[in-house]
Amino acid sequence: MSSINLQNIRNLFPILHQEVNNFPLIYLDNAATTQKPLQVIEALQSYYKFDNANIHRGAHTLADRSTGMFEATRKAVQQFIHAAEAEECIFTKGVTESINLVAQTWCKKFINKGDEIIITHMEHHSNIVPWQLICEEKEAILKVIPIHTNGTLDMEVFYQLLSDQTKLISCVWASNALGTINPIEEIIRAAHAKNAIVFIDGAQAGSHIEIDVQRLDIDFLALSSHKLYGPTGVGVLYGKRKLLEAMPPYQSGGEMIREVSFEKTTFNDIPFKFEAGTPNIADVIAFKFALDFVNELGKTKIIAHEHALLNQFVSGVKSLNSSFGSDEIELIGTAEEKVAVQSFVIHNKHHFDIGLMLDARGIAVRTGHHCTQPLMNFYNIEGTVRASFAIYNTIEEVDALVEAIKKIIKK
Amino acid sequence: MTSIELQNEIIDDFSLFEDDLESKLFYLMDLGKKLPDMNTAHKSDEFIVKGCQSKVWLYPIYNEGKLYFEADSNTEITKGLVSLLVRIWNGKTPKEILDTELYFIEKIGMSRMIGSQRSNGFTSMIKQMKMYAFALVKE
Ligand SMILES: Cc1ncc(COP(=O)(O)O)c(C=O)c1O
Repeated sequence: MSSINLQNIRNLFPILHQEVNNFPLIYLDNAATTQKPLQVIEALQSYYKFDNANIHRGAHTLADRSTGMFEATRKAVQQFIHAAEAEECIFTKGVTESINLVAQTWCKKFINKGDEIIITHMEHHSNIVPWQLICEEKEAILKVIPIHTNGTLDMEVFYQLLSDQTKLISCVWASNALGTINPIEEIIRAAHAKNAIVFIDGAQAGSHIEIDVQRLDIDFLALSSHKLYGPTGVGVLYGKRKLLEAMPPYQSGGEMIREVSFEKTTFNDIPFKFEAGTPNIADVIAFKFALDFVNELGKTKIIAHEHALLNQFVSGVKSLNSSFGSDEIELIGTAEEKVAVQSFVIHNKHHFDIGLMLDARGIAVRTGHHCTQPLMNFYNIEGTVRASFAIYNTIEEVDALVEAIKKIIKK
Repeated sequence: MTSIELQNEIIDDFSLFEDDLESKLFYLMDLGKKLPDMNTAHKSDEFIVKGCQSKVWLYPIYNEGKLYFEADSNTEITKGLVSLLVRIWNGKTPKEILDTELYFIEKIGMSRMIGSQRSNGFTSMIKQMKMYAFALVKE
């Protein structure tokens, strides 16, 4: 905690310096999307002011410049996730599109009738529905790893589900609703022993977990820029070269072709095979500045700071409960290995009311099912209130949240 | 009182809080608690007005040319808002309900509650109450 200068960091985020409902904004909805530092905002402006040109096709100077910047982000992504090659990093709109891309290409070709895809009970809807649809289409079977009440996977059942029919496992690295960090290394090892491949939904891993796709032997990894201080509308699909090369194209059009005639079209190499049409150039370019921001701080420091915030909140809740003499607040998601996300419910209070009450004090949290309805069903609740922390949040902000909760319960 | 007088009364009540949103919300929750209980037989799916996060139940009673409402919600703030509508419209003729222009919501600083149809049942609730009135006027 001591080694970061929080004030300097906060100064990079203009949006944080405002009042909401006459209170200083306390932004604790970072798992939904993080705020953007000045470098990212300025990169977007600067691109449109000075560098805008379509990439990869032009001979002129601006085209060359924008192409160079676009590809520099790809290189930065490669380094960020420790991929073997930059070509293994494909730009998409976000995690959702990355998942759909694999479901619509790899699965189209390699999933057959009777094959099995395994997901977990804590997946985001975007890591459920695409697999469900392809399973329906292919008459394949979707299996679900159950969870324990603390929000960890039931690994015993996972090993029972894993079979020679298992072709793909898709698993969230860190749950957006619970914060649980899943044992993906173990899952990947077990999957590979059965010749199954593993897709990791890294939406909540971004700046919160060290990512090394080679060391972990990850087959596919999806990231969203907007959840790691970058612009919206940009995501990454990492895939091992041999998998990406074996996959049929996703969308078709410009950029993804090598040669087109009316008789036959041949496709470009990766990554371009999967990047049809003009991509989101400006946002991709600005994304690099977000990655640089994370790298300059260093994930170790980020993780340490965010965990201090999480611990402050959890102990704040616990002391509230003991001061009330009853568990008015129930924490949902109490795994040991967590990112800085904490869901909770308050006895006899609807999350919608809590969300509005907190907003009245300038505190932004998320309320509802967090796009994880099966998970909410598991806990037999409609939804939760979720606080999720980022590098620019302060201990004082966490205390203000706890204080506001206290007031709501006392009412 | 007419629905205009009742709206002005509500605006007066809320003006005490100035722009203290938190106190207004607490006050709304208190108002919601004072709403008479709904007849449980009327609290069925048929009478549900759905929002994304909050639900409202609304049951109309027509008696001697006037409309009355039983209402409830699963969230306290929405219930408070609903209680205001009931206060304004209970015992009014369908025609007066249809003719009412609801201006109090904005004046008490709650316009965002009617902004997004998805997030709460309040907007749908207003529409539903007018629909009941409309059906009676037509008859
Ligand atoms: C765990 C998880 N998976 C997938 C997604 C979808 O990401 P996006 O909306 O950026 O495509 C999210 C975003 O909320 C998420 O938290």
